[in-house]
Amino acid sequence: MAISLNWINDYVPVKDEDKVSLANKITRSGINVEKVTTTKIDHLVVGEVLECIPHPDSDHLHVCKVNVGTDTLQIVCGAPNVRAGIKVIVALPGCILPDGDKTFQIKKSTIRGVESNGMLCALFELGLEEKTEENYSKGICELPSDAPVGENALAFLGVEDTTYELDLNPNRTDCNNHIPFAYEVAAVLKKQVTMPDVSYKELDEDINDQVSLEVLTDNVYMYNLMIAKDVKIKESPEFIKHRLEVAGVRSINNVVDISNYVMLEYGQPLHFFDKDVVGDKIVVRMAKDGEKIITLDKEERDLIKDDILITDGNTPLCVAGVMGGLNSGITAGTKNILIESAMFNPYNIRYTSIRLGLRSEASLRFEKPLNYEYCLLALKRACHLLEKYADAKIVKGSISYDKVDKTPKVIKAALKDFNSILGMKVEDNDVKVTLTNLGFAYHEKNGEYEVEVPNRRQDIYPQKEDIIEEVGRLMGYENIKPTLPLIRTKKGVYRDNIKFRKIVSKRMRTLGFNEIRTYTLISEEDNNKYNYKFNPSIKLLKPMLKERSIIRQSLLNSVMEVVNYNLNKKNKDIYLYEISNVYSEVDNEYIEDTKLAFAMTGKYLSNTWNSLNYQTDFYLIKGVVENLLEYLGLTNRYSLKLSDNLPKEIHPKINSEIIVDGTPIGYFGKLHPNVTKEDVYVCEMSLTSLFTHKTSDVKYSELNKYPTVEKDVAFVVEKSVLAEDLVKDIKSYGGRLLTNVKIFDVYTGDKIDENKKSIAYNLTFEDKTRTLTEEEVMEVFNKIIDNICHKYNAIIRDK
Amino acid sequence: MYNEEINKIKKELETVFNDVKTKEALDTLKQQYMGKNGSITELSSKIKEVPNELKKEFGMSVNELKNIFNENHERISKNLEEQEINEKLNKEAIDVSLPGTKIEVGSAHPLERIIESLENLLMSMGYDVVEGPEVEKDLYNFELLNLPKGHPARDAQDTFYIRGDEYLLRSQTSPVQVREMLRCEGHEPIRIICPGKTYRRDEDDATHSHEFTQMEGLLVDKDITLGDLKGTFEAVAKMLFGESRETRFRPSFYPFTEPSVEMDISCFNCNGKGCNLCKGTGWITVGGAGMVNPIVLKNCGYDPLVWNGFAFGFGLERLAMLKYGISDIRTFYVNHDIRTLKEFDRREY
Repeated sequence: MAISLNWINDYVPVKDEDKVSLANKITRSGINVEKVTTTKIDHLVVGEVLECIPHPDSDHLHVCKVNVGTDTLQIVCGAPNVRAGIKVIVALPGCILPDGDKTFQIKKSTIRGVESNGMLCALFELGLEEKTEENYSKGICELPSDAPVGENALAFLGVEDTTYELDLNPNRTDCNNHIPFAYEVAAVLKKQVTMPDVSYKELDEDINDQVSLEVLTDNVYMYNLMIAKDVKIKESPEFIKHRLEVAGVRSINNVVDISNYVMLEYGQPLHFFDKDVVGDKIVVRMAKDGEKIITLDKEERDLIKDDILITDGNTPLCVAGVMGGLNSGITAGTKNILIESAMFNPYNIRYTSIRLGLRSEASLRFEKPLNYEYCLLALKRACHLLEKYADAKIVKGSISYDKVDKTPKVIKAALKDFNSILGMKVEDNDVKVTLTNLGFAYHEKNGEYEVEVPNRRQDIYPQKEDIIEEVGRLMGYENIKPTLPLIRTKKGVYRDNIKFRKIVSKRMRTLGFNEIRTYTLISEEDNNKYNYKFNPSIKLLKPMLKERSIIRQSLLNSVMEVVNYNLNKKNKDIYLYEISNVYSEVDNEYIEDTKLAFAMTGKYLSNTWNSLNYQTDFYLIKGVVENLLEYLGLTNRYSLKLSDNLPKEIHPKINSEIIVDGTPIGYFGKLHPNVTKEDVYVCEMSLTSLFTHKTSDVKYSELNKYPTVEKDVAFVVEKSVLAEDLVKDIKSYGGRLLTNVKIFDVYTGDKIDENKKSIAYNLTFEDKTRTLTEEEVMEVFNKIIDNICHKYNAIIRDK
Repeated sequence: MYNEEINKIKKELETVFNDVKTKEALDTLKQQYMGKNGSITELSSKIKEVPNELKKEFGMSVNELKNIFNENHERISKNLEEQEINEKLNKEAIDVSLPGTKIEVGSAHPLERIIESLENLLMSMGYDVVEGPEVEKDLYNFELLNLPKGHPARDAQDTFYIRGDEYLLRSQTSPVQVREMLRCEGHEPIRIICPGKTYRRDEDDATHSHEFTQMEGLLVDKDITLGDLKGTFEAVAKMLFGESRETRFRPSFYPFTEPSVEMDISCFNCNGKGCNLCKGTGWITVGGAGMVNPIVLKNCGYDPLVWNGFAFGFGLERLAMLKYGISDIRTFYVNHDIRTLKEFDRREY
């Protein structure tokens, strides 16, 4: 889809404008010209073949004498259709012709011993037709006998042109049509728009004697009909074919082309019926559910009650605004045409065309509000063109149904509003000149403008900001001076738990984890994994892919995809985390949960050339969790306990559930060998839950001035005894003087019973008010040993 | 008296240290002169035999000998220690050219880097950072934003609905602005930015993603102009892409702003001359913005006769792609190679 400037020149003079700088001006005014293309070939003229004799040294070449106006040139030509007397397109020496993405230059040459001073051209050689076998065999282009010798050949064909490809905002798709775009050009160039000729001769016969109209639905706003008789169906003239091609519409024949041509002028789609098939009656109504029609593309369509249907009273003729019926369309044998120009409820057209999968240039235009002023005008324009290019005779009058509210849109705005909203200097004269250039009628009284918005500008909403924008965009936003709001200063803050999340995120990075982001939408199958206390999941009503059909409740599957990607790439040391929201549904409420997930495998700290390395193990991921929780101020408020209620993807014996203030918030552990053969450790926890556990600021505590006493002891206990339980008991037996218990060795092996393990503890005793004596420490120490030995049936090792 | 002995010892002391190469030799020497039976010690014990009037002179001479010895002893001892340390240091020599052991600190995701840069700047300009749910009401995502039902820009083709036409995955972060305006009930000025995830029914390719990230800003106050928006945008553009960037506004359209603009920066690749990155225009579009449409203010409880303001939005993937030279939008979401991630462990400029 592009705009032809040749075409625009019919409405507003642009011939002498520099097309690139015009495009820049239009772009700055808000209509984005994305690409400017010029088809113009120098040294390409109309010539007349005066003489044509066979080449002395070839069985298919001819040697021609060609009159090119200023001179008569000898040119060798190989086309089968070259002969004396025809008018042709001559590329003179120096002419540069397109050749795919490249170009080549015509030069004087000698072809098999005969001098040749140019080339006679086929259209495909000029880039005006596709290079096909068929076009190749047609030979060179033969111009009509009235073609002026020596003149620019492309200009004569009406195809010397500059085209603009537009990237339009959704409110200004009207500019895909040439007249609305011409108004924009006129506003930028401060010129007037001349509307096209809509005149034609009328027959004496009256349309009211030949057809009647009945409209049975409010979803039709306007419906006009006219009749053109005795049309001659043939090829369109070159300029119409070219203009349609620029607009991306295929040329069919003169009649069909005219309906498209008029649509591309006004933006008003037309529909042509074969009058002799339709008969004498048109009834427009809503379709019935289950009603059927075979459309032009020979498909049977099932209709519903929201589709607007054109009928002859009985038979469906056309799905309004979307596609005509096969039975009533224009054919090679069509003589008389019934022309429809209408406005429908855009929503109906939109939903019908989407439902039927039939979105066309016409339906796209019907989906937007149309200008009622053009509805009948476009019809008349079509009659004018049918008379001119299809020898049609126009039946007198038209039949119209019209329910359009024609109250004009009036907007009031004061001069100071322009200044205060745009933040640039706008004078009274600026407003007046710009409104005039836009073609908007206005009255001014005491610095207030009352603007009447033309009906062609359906995008303008009746409020002052819309008019201010129109004036601003044409004056140029480059005139806006950058300022900063004159409002009170304050420092912005992170609301809610955003800052908390960022703190966690930064800590994870400090601990060596790289942040990743993965998609929220995953497959149902993947969403069944890592199921830790899932609620019902949220499914999309219409997913695009089954891989992206459900909102995930765990991040771990996606994080593991990244881990596996890296393992496949032979990246062995992988530390990743993601923080993301997950969603679920409980009692029709959507629940948001911010989750932290991380995965780790390989060496945590290493150097490639020496033996230094720390291979990730359970105690490392545990350390990460502990570090994070204690960093967040939760020291002594969490516990990490082996759980048998974790997702099936987690190792049943190497895991922990994370419990904060008695509430489980997540888990970590080694991945189950069913999931991966590698040693991968993962963790997932709810930051939303974690955030609810309030913590306080760090408080300075003075270190003990008095010396501490340390004692070591190793207990040999059953393997099933948990080291942590022992610590708890040691602490409780140790009382106030025992201030720290550290595990410094764990031993299993041949030096002790095979069902036993030895755990060595380092105990610290101190008192902040005095130096302890050896006797009182020993008393407590012995009490601990006695009690532990008794409770756990333990013995002391290597005392 | 004893002058002969004194001079003899003095003479010896001039050369005797020269041959000392070890600590042991030095100790032997000390024994020889200053030890119990050392020659200086023995000499000094002779003071008893010296007449009183000569005692002082004798004492001074012996002390001088002791001093000479001690000075030399200390000098040699220091030298020997130094020598010993040097030998030890030499033995400890390593190949310092071997690679260092890296302390691996993780990197922030490129989008998070962009978000934090923008947050830091805009928070300093008084904007609060606010977030909202990704599962959102149609009412907030569309309807109150001047996108009534049936509006072409809210095509069901483009949006992921999750319950009837009431709930959806938000297609923009604008509903956070709606929520903030409704919360403030038309009484308070507003200055917020809202970064977050958004979703549209786009097929994933190098430039499209069904999930993407936006950051919108909203300012509602009194007597705000398009110039204020331009100044704010200029601050953002210069922070992200350098002080020498120029900015421009182009007229545009968004249902929730009027007037609406596209925000362009002069191309940082060619400095405005025109290149592949800016498609020859010299300008790169980095966001959309405009004055809040009075319809939206009214819908959200603000009287447009009293209040006005501006809103702006950035596609953060686009900003990150431009800033870091990333060419495929999927880079942000899939196939994170740890080697690439580590490259981002660098300070932000």
